[in-house]
Amino acid sequence: MNIFALVGRAVLIFLGEVGALSRFTMRAVRACFAPPIYLRLIGQQMLRIGYFSLPVVGLTAFFTGGVLALQIYIGGSRFNAEGFVANIVAIGITRELGPVIAGLMVAGRVSAAIAAEIGTMRVTEQIDALVTLSTNPFKYLVAPRIIAAVISMPLLVLIADIIGIFGGFVVGTQSLGFNPMVYIGNTVDFIETSDVTSGLIKSAVFGFIIALMGCYSGYRSMGGAQGVGRATTNAVVASSILILAANYLMTSIFFTS
Amino acid sequence: MAETPKIELRDMHKHFGPKKVLNGINLTVEKGHSMVVIGGSGTGKSVMLKCILGLLHPTSGSVKVDGEEVTQFSEREREQVLKKFGMLFQSAALFDSLKVWENVAFALIQGENMPRAKARDIAIEKLAKVGLSADVGELNPAELSGGMQKRVGLARAIAHDPEIVFFDEPTTGLDPIMADVINQLIVDTVKDMGATALSITHDMASARKIADHMSMIYKGEIIWTGLAEEVDTCGNPYVDQFVHGRAEGPIQMEVLKA
Ligand SMILES: Nc1ncnc2c1ncn2[C@@H]1O[C@H](COP(=O)(O)OP(=O)(O)O)[C@@H](O)[C@H]1O
Ligand SMILES: [Mg+2]
Repeated sequence: MNIFALVGRAVLIFLGEVGALSRFTMRAVRACFAPPIYLRLIGQQMLRIGYFSLPVVGLTAFFTGGVLALQIYIGGSRFNAEGFVANIVAIGITRELGPVIAGLMVAGRVSAAIAAEIGTMRVTEQIDALVTLSTNPFKYLVAPRIIAAVISMPLLVLIADIIGIFGGFVVGTQSLGFNPMVYIGNTVDFIETSDVTSGLIKSAVFGFIIALMGCYSGYRSMGGAQGVGRATTNAVVASSILILAANYLMTSIFFTS
Repeated sequence: MAETPKIELRDMHKHFGPKKVLNGINLTVEKGHSMVVIGGSGTGKSVMLKCILGLLHPTSGSVKVDGEEVTQFSEREREQVLKKFGMLFQSAALFDSLKVWENVAFALIQGENMPRAKARDIAIEKLAKVGLSADVGELNPAELSGGMQKRVGLARAIAHDPEIVFFDEPTTGLDPIMADVINQLIVDTVKDMGATALSITHDMASARKIADHMSMIYKGEIIWTGLAEEVDTCGNPYVDQFVHGRAEGPIQMEVLKA
């Protein structure tokens, strides 16, 4: 087969996918702002997305903070900078690692769950049934998940920030020999509000990506159990990549201007 | 031609890419009639229903509901038109995140903003109509047998007293006795509400029981329409072969050709 035809077809498929995702995103966003807003469903989803992700996110944040402290200490000692452990842990966690690690963990947990649930509803005709019962699936299924994720993620990341810094504190004071009061003092003096807020803005965007990709993959799945499986994988892969790409973009906007 | 037909399809086509599933459907369902469209598996029966409901968009052609052209409707207009409809899906399509009674009351709570307590009473009443007790209302759909799920699906389809009810293969996958129970329920509820019914099936026993009018779909076209009584004597060789379930005849199964 002609190589140009192959490339051309791949490009067309890619553009088609981008177009479909853009249309889906537009409908989803519009549904988030148009009544009816299902508060009950938003609450349910916040519980599922935010609250039940706490253990996973908390544990990963703790170990990330700990390992960060360890590496900064080891690396920093090469040029006598080991004293900056507290400061760098605080910045690293709040600006980057808190939001990104929480985002990736929640992408794995929640994006997959949303895709599986909505995908199953698609292949078992439950979404068609919703429509015939005069209920807009974008308002009933998609919007509550997106709204809940956008609200929950910053709350989750705020907690992850605290736990991550605490992880660094534990390692710093227990095994690296820092004085607890000095460590806390360094953290508090050094950290700025903008470090935290930039991370929280990022995490709201990640929440949007996670719920959107979960819904999108699930909504478009077809072909029975296999289709749902594919949708689940796609949701996790796509949301993880988009999170990392969006993170780079936001970092370059927030911190280079 | 006294009254406007409830549903009128004119030259409706539906293609999925190169695959032509519907090739010019013409079908009229008059008010108060019970029309059953018979036809083999994969002939596009479900696609036809979905095109009428707007779950799929016809490639071309006209769909009129109460004389109103609905193919170009916006989402909001569509929601209004759909309030006239109830549909029993082939797989029942119950919401498995909701209890049985919440399923039945769905159109009332979401669509009509009825208070939950009141909607629940109506749901229990509708469940009784299909022979299910109030305790069943507290169960999850996954705990029900196939026949019970169909009954719940039926109760949900009629809960908001629709003017038009669609039945997609209502008896497929049920044992003959349960199938007959469902058929009888369909006949009773539809008659009770004075609704118009459009069913699709490949089960002749079911078709005979439900229908007062019948059509046959073959290769994406309606090839015969008539009264239910005439189906055995219409003289159309396709209908004849299907009704009597013969392997020989003008209808060649794809498997045999390949
Ligand atoms: N969304 C879709 N995309 C592509 N093909 C479809 C779709 N829905 C149905 N089809 C095809 O249309 C044909 C008719 O399907 P259907 O209407 O479900 O048949 P049945 O008469 O058994 O209800 C089948 O060959 C099916 O593969
Ligand atoms: Mg079908």
